[in-house]
Amino acid sequence: MTARNQNSKNPLHGLWALTNRELKKWYKEPIFLFMSIIQPVIWMGLFGKAMNIGSIFTSTDFPVPPGVDPQVISQQIMEQTFGTSDYFSYMSVGILSFVVLFTAMFSGMSMVWDRRLGFLNKALSTPVARGSIIFAKVFSAVVRSLIQAGIVLIVAFLLGLQLNPNFNVFNAFGVFAALFLVCIGLSSIFILIAIRSTRWETQMAVVNLLNLPLLFGSNALFPTKLMPDWLQTFAKINPITYVTDATRQLILFQTDVAQLTFDFVFLAGFALIFSTIGLMLSWRYLSR
Amino acid sequence: MEEVIVAEGLTRVFNKSLVAVDHVDFGVRKGEIFGFLGPNGAGKTTTINMLITVLKSTEGDATVCGFDIKKEASDVRSCIGVVPQEYTADEDLTGLENILLCADLYGIPRKVSKQRANELLELVELSKFKDKKVETYSGGMRRRLELACGLINRPEVLFLDEPTLGLDVQTRRATWGYIKRLKEEFGMTLFMTTHYLEEADSLCDRVAIIDQGKIIALDTPDALKESLGGDIMTLAIEQKEADVTSLIETTPRVKEVKKQDNIYRVKVENGEETAPQILSLLMAKGYKVVNLSLTKPTLDEVYLEYTGKSMREEEATQESMFSKRITMRRARHR
Repeated sequence: MTARNQNSKNPLHGLWALTNRELKKWYKEPIFLFMSIIQPVIWMGLFGKAMNIGSIFTSTDFPVPPGVDPQVISQQIMEQTFGTSDYFSYMSVGILSFVVLFTAMFSGMSMVWDRRLGFLNKALSTPVARGSIIFAKVFSAVVRSLIQAGIVLIVAFLLGLQLNPNFNVFNAFGVFAALFLVCIGLSSIFILIAIRSTRWETQMAVVNLLNLPLLFGSNALFPTKLMPDWLQTFAKINPITYVTDATRQLILFQTDVAQLTFDFVFLAGFALIFSTIGLMLSWRYLSR
Repeated sequence: MEEVIVAEGLTRVFNKSLVAVDHVDFGVRKGEIFGFLGPNGAGKTTTINMLITVLKSTEGDATVCGFDIKKEASDVRSCIGVVPQEYTADEDLTGLENILLCADLYGIPRKVSKQRANELLELVELSKFKDKKVETYSGGMRRRLELACGLINRPEVLFLDEPTLGLDVQTRRATWGYIKRLKEEFGMTLFMTTHYLEEADSLCDRVAIIDQGKIIALDTPDALKESLGGDIMTLAIEQKEADVTSLIETTPRVKEVKKQDNIYRVKVENGEETAPQILSLLMAKGYKVVNLSLTKPTLDEVYLEYTGKSMREEEATQESMFSKRITMRRARHR
């Protein structure tokens, strides 16, 4: 039939349609946005403010040798440990990684639901590119987590996050670039796990097994240099460590260009490797 | 006659042991409504899923619109439309958004798809509800929306998997009406599966009866009924342990007797006259007939004849039971 020849062969057509489907569900229901923001904000507010680590040194009756100001000691120890004297600033930036991690996790869950409810089969019976089905999930997770992270960052600022005095537009851009890369990699992983799964229970179990180690085995909440050796080794290959380091350098610290470059190289490699694996496996394994 | 779907030895084995579809051969002619009739678990959905290229076949070949389902899967996909068993429309989107999403998956330009979507929604009488979220739709409306989605790319072949699953009788009949109307409007070939006998009888030009992965009969519903060659008398006797098969067979014009527990299916010529004879014979021998019915052949009888059992629910996988449950629940939703 001639009508069929007018149909677009552009893979972006289907990719955008599928991505928009995911995003529509989200922006049409402000409650979802609210729920996804409120959790990291609670973490940040509760842990960041509750773990008032700086005051450990100033609010004790420990006999201080004469001539020593506990305030100064505290400042120095905090600076050495966290790179900043304010633990809230330190961990609120770590929470940005948390936002990305948990949003990526749900992209895998929605894959399982699409299979169970039959939508996936229907999409597979159309000529839409198999890779588009996977990447629509990835990109919608990316858009969502970047917007959520942006909002969380603003909330953190309102709650007392102390920005690096040199913070400018390029830093902000860098923050989102780092979050973008890690989100591509993470959501690819979670979708890969879900690619054949039909039971959300299994998916949930695997995801829970991965999430907390990824979060705690990184510098998101606490510096890795104070962790035991084996955990440091894990943290060294954990992408959360790199995204947190990159965002912290851009938001809080004086930027160490060499370290920042390495962070970005690692994150780009991570994103590239897992999205490629995702694309390749989608050709092979989406159909059963 | 030109055949739009040709399957040769099509087979699918799950987990290396469960043979869901076992070397089936059939051809679907251009412009007909071809039905796959069988109980749950017979292999109907598996066959459809292979033909629509969603499931890989283990063995055998098939072509749809002249394209090989394995080597030219992408061409197959663009010339078919699919109405799945489940309600796949996104509940959080409106009817119109859903149908446009389908169009986008085929790469249909927005200008064309908007017009087509509105036409199709008009045809299935959903225009009034097109801007309402699908979660507010009733089962029949959802089914119609799925039908419209399946037609958005003007397919040459439309696949319908259990098109009226979970619908009440009136809605089911109304849905048949829509299917017939759409077929007249677009003149495509229809391949459908069903486990409702009346559905196959009233919609299909030809029916393949499938059981345990094999096609056991294939013909027009009328020819299948004629092949029974007589009326069917079903009777039950009180004496469960007795076997009166040979006794019934002694009656003239009895062609065949099948026993299932204490129930006997007797194929007879001229049932109205033969039935009383059998009855008095049994009573004379002291058997008590507790139930008796006489039917002119229906597809139901054909099914029993070929499979030796009535339509039964087979144990399905947890996954398919789950999606079926959801489908049923949504169908009941008003």
